[in-house]
Amino acid sequence: MMTSMRRNGLILAVFALVATGLLMFTQHLTADRIAAQQRNELMRTLHELIPDASYNNDLYADCTQVHAPEALGSQSQQPIYRARLHGQPVALAIRTTAPDGYSGDIHLLVAIANSGTVLGARVLEHRETPGLGDKIDVRRSDWIESFANEQVQSATDPRWEVRRDGGAFDQFSGATITPRAVINAIQRTVVWANQQQAALFALPVTCQSNSPLQEEPAHE
Amino acid sequence: MSDQELSNELKTLARNGLWENNPALVQLLGLCPLLAVTGTVTNALGLGLATLLVLVGSNVTVSLVRNWVPNEVRIPVFVIVIATFVTFVELMMHAFTYGLFTALGIFIPLIVTNCAIIGRAEAYASKNPWHKAAFDGLTMGAGFALVLVLLGALREIIGQGTLFDGADLLLGSWAAGLRIELIQFDYPLLLAVLPPGAFIGMGIMIAVKNVIDRQRNEKAAQAPVEKAQRARVTSQ
Repeated sequence: MMTSMRRNGLILAVFALVATGLLMFTQHLTADRIAAQQRNELMRTLHELIPDASYNNDLYADCTQVHAPEALGSQSQQPIYRARLHGQPVALAIRTTAPDGYSGDIHLLVAIANSGTVLGARVLEHRETPGLGDKIDVRRSDWIESFANEQVQSATDPRWEVRRDGGAFDQFSGATITPRAVINAIQRTVVWANQQQAALFALPVTCQSNSPLQEEPAHE
Repeated sequence: MSDQELSNELKTLARNGLWENNPALVQLLGLCPLLAVTGTVTNALGLGLATLLVLVGSNVTVSLVRNWVPNEVRIPVFVIVIATFVTFVELMMHAFTYGLFTALGIFIPLIVTNCAIIGRAEAYASKNPWHKAAFDGLTMGAGFALVLVLLGALREIIGQGTLFDGADLLLGSWAAGLRIELIQFDYPLLLAVLPPGAFIGMGIMIAVKNVIDRQRNEKAAQAPVEKAQRARVTSQ
């Protein structure tokens, strides 16, 4: 009895050890590539939003993390990437969250020029209804491009609403909640960024190179 | 075992995996990922290939270690083996097909819970030599992947009017040209895109399979003479 239990336990332990070892090895082999993929993905989005020629610093590395739940819609820290030309501030790319999407949080990246003009925005992660709300995704429609070169006058700027509410941006047929959430999140972020601009550029670099913008979602 | 016997057995395995005992259409296993990710052909193919890979890997490993694993602890050992392969595939997809990895999301780790995999480990791989277990994994995985892709194609055509949308996520940038625009919708047919559409499509596929099976049975029953002749030809 005792011996068979000991034997079985030993066998299980050996299997667990070998499996762990193999996975550690694979993880070690792929870690760099995975980090590079995540960096590439983020860099591509950053390049789409902020013109390459307008800055000459390492945009991805010049990153700081900010805790601003009111403006950025998340209790956790959000990264901000800062573009500079010869040390002079050019633009900010801020990760922000629309907490009031139709199905959960919508994560966005918003780029704002030093002049206060919106350079553009992209949806990084969302769970909106396929076919309706997912038109906020640049792969589904070019709606998100309509924010490029827009300006926000104030937190109550009437243009920053969907057309149905008297604003300047289209809603989708069948989905108003999603675009409303995105518009409000971008507006909030831009107003906040323009108030804090100088302070944000002065913040020290606090992002770890290995923790790009996608925090692990909490899986059930 | 003679070559003839082996090839007959492999034929039986192939027929079982792809048709008679298809994991998705007959055993109805692994429905959660099956229904969730078949919105497009690309997603379906991605998950189908990942499942196939895990199934072959776990079948071979389980078969190779079957003589060292005591009966009492075989299930935990199978789970360790399967989980290892799933994590391996997940890491690889994360590293090499990043776009698809984000599109499939939680359903890659969930391959662990696909009962088709532990089912094959327990029912076949733990009792047969590794090359047969590998072939069994291959045909069962292919049967599962085939159903995924068919359902994905059905839903993508009806729901979006396209085929191979986002194929570049799986196959690299050259595949972006594979995308075919079949029908131009102003409003996509939501039912096909949403989960209920997956259930309906799955139901239709099972029904079609049953109709084909019944017709074949009736034909076989009607033509016994022909069948006897054929048996003589092959029995040499």
